[in-house]
Amino acid sequence: MTKRHDYDDIPGTFVFDAERSRQGYGINMFCMSLMKEENRKAFKANEAEYLKKFNLTPEQTEAILKRDYNRMLELGGNIYFTAKLGATDGHSFQHMAAVMTGSTQDEYAKMMLAGGRSVEGNRSKSGKDKPSKASSGKTKAKSTTLTKRK
Amino acid sequence: MAKIIAGVGSSHVPAIGAALDNGKTEEPYWKRVFSGFDKSKEWMAKIKPDVAIVVYNDHASAFSVDVIPTFALGCAAQFPPSDEGWGPRPVPVVKGHPALAAHIAQSVILDEFDLTIVNKMEVDHGLTVPLNLLFGQPKDEWPCPVIPLAVNVVMYPPPTGHRCYMLGKAIRKAVESYPEDLNVVIFGTGGLSHQISGPRAGLINSKWDTAFLDNLSKDPKKLTRIPHVEYMREAGAEGIEMVMWLIMRGALDDRVVEIYRFYIVPASNTAVGHIILENRLHSAKRWRKRNGLPKGQRPMPVKKRRAAAALRPVLRRGAR
Repeated sequence: MTKRHDYDDIPGTFVFDAERSRQGYGINMFCMSLMKEENRKAFKANEAEYLKKFNLTPEQTEAILKRDYNRMLELGGNIYFTAKLGATDGHSFQHMAAVMTGSTQDEYAKMMLAGGRSVEGNRSKSGKDKPSKASSGKTKAKSTTLTKRK
Repeated sequence: MAKIIAGVGSSHVPAIGAALDNGKTEEPYWKRVFSGFDKSKEWMAKIKPDVAIVVYNDHASAFSVDVIPTFALGCAAQFPPSDEGWGPRPVPVVKGHPALAAHIAQSVILDEFDLTIVNKMEVDHGLTVPLNLLFGQPKDEWPCPVIPLAVNVVMYPPPTGHRCYMLGKAIRKAVESYPEDLNVVIFGTGGLSHQISGPRAGLINSKWDTAFLDNLSKDPKKLTRIPHVEYMREAGAEGIEMVMWLIMRGALDDRVVEIYRFYIVPASNTAVGHIILENRLHSAKRWRKRNGLPKGQRPMPVKKRRAAAALRPVLRRGAR
């Protein structure tokens, strides 16, 4: 990752871009292989051995073996693919989300029920922390729609 | 001549599909989501489209990272539901409309939108969940043929909002040059705000979503100028799916009638958004039919209608 992108400023987010897609081809194809029952069995029988088929870097292999989902994303994994690994482990998606956010599944579920994680304070690493114009809620369109929908 | 009569925006949360398939629709948590679509099902049953074009994205089901098409149009005669790890969803096979699909492909490619043509494809929850929400749970077959349009929103960068909006316009032109008389409804699916990856997972931004729905209805061109980074910052990394709604919007008139809207947080990890927009001409036709008025008579303007309502005796619920 040499070039800086505007989206690198978003905290807690690994954008699956073309560069990561290239880097993480092995991780994602490994996850894709778990769609088949016989592959899930082979992986479960000997994880390290099974992973050798996918031309992974040592860091990628380690992240998969440790189920370090954030690290997998950072090294080119994509969430829709890594979710298949979570499912192979018998975990719900919410469990994975909780792991990635560093909270317990219970805490995470409660946060979602209470309306989710607020965007306030979570927009930017560099302090661009004010809402964009489009989301200011003071648009002309909003007021007209409210009256119209009566 | 075929024509696009209305557009539907709807989230396509996988957990909604799981709740349907496992008979959980009556549980309080899910009931509050599904009840928001009761009116939509009624509406859909009334307008009875001949064909539905569904703009959606595949979630590592039909497409892996081997091939990542930006726009892929399903031209097959049928699209089986894919196995997303728990066996295929127990929903009918999605029947296509190969003739119209081929016509659209030919027309939009000559309009400089370089679509990928797919003649064999399975479809995942991204397509089947919105069908369930609007058509219910038919046993044997869906009420109309469906043309899937899969958009890459998984790998960055997806097509820009403006590109999506313009593709919608090209699709409309294609539909309107098809000789058979068909009423077409177009779906934009995905969103609204959600992030399911990384330490910021769980992000929801209702204020942004509401502004998005408002502008979708009234000022869609404003939405076409939103850069990708803003979608991701404000609506979550996966919230960028919302660009797909702009294909639907582009295929409608500039000015539309908002028939219905529903928004609820959360279903699983996602803010559920839903909107129904009708083209004015079609809306007026339906209005005349309902009120038994002759052809040519236009609906009363909003101002006049409100004035008439104000004169009526106070019978309306909630009026003081």
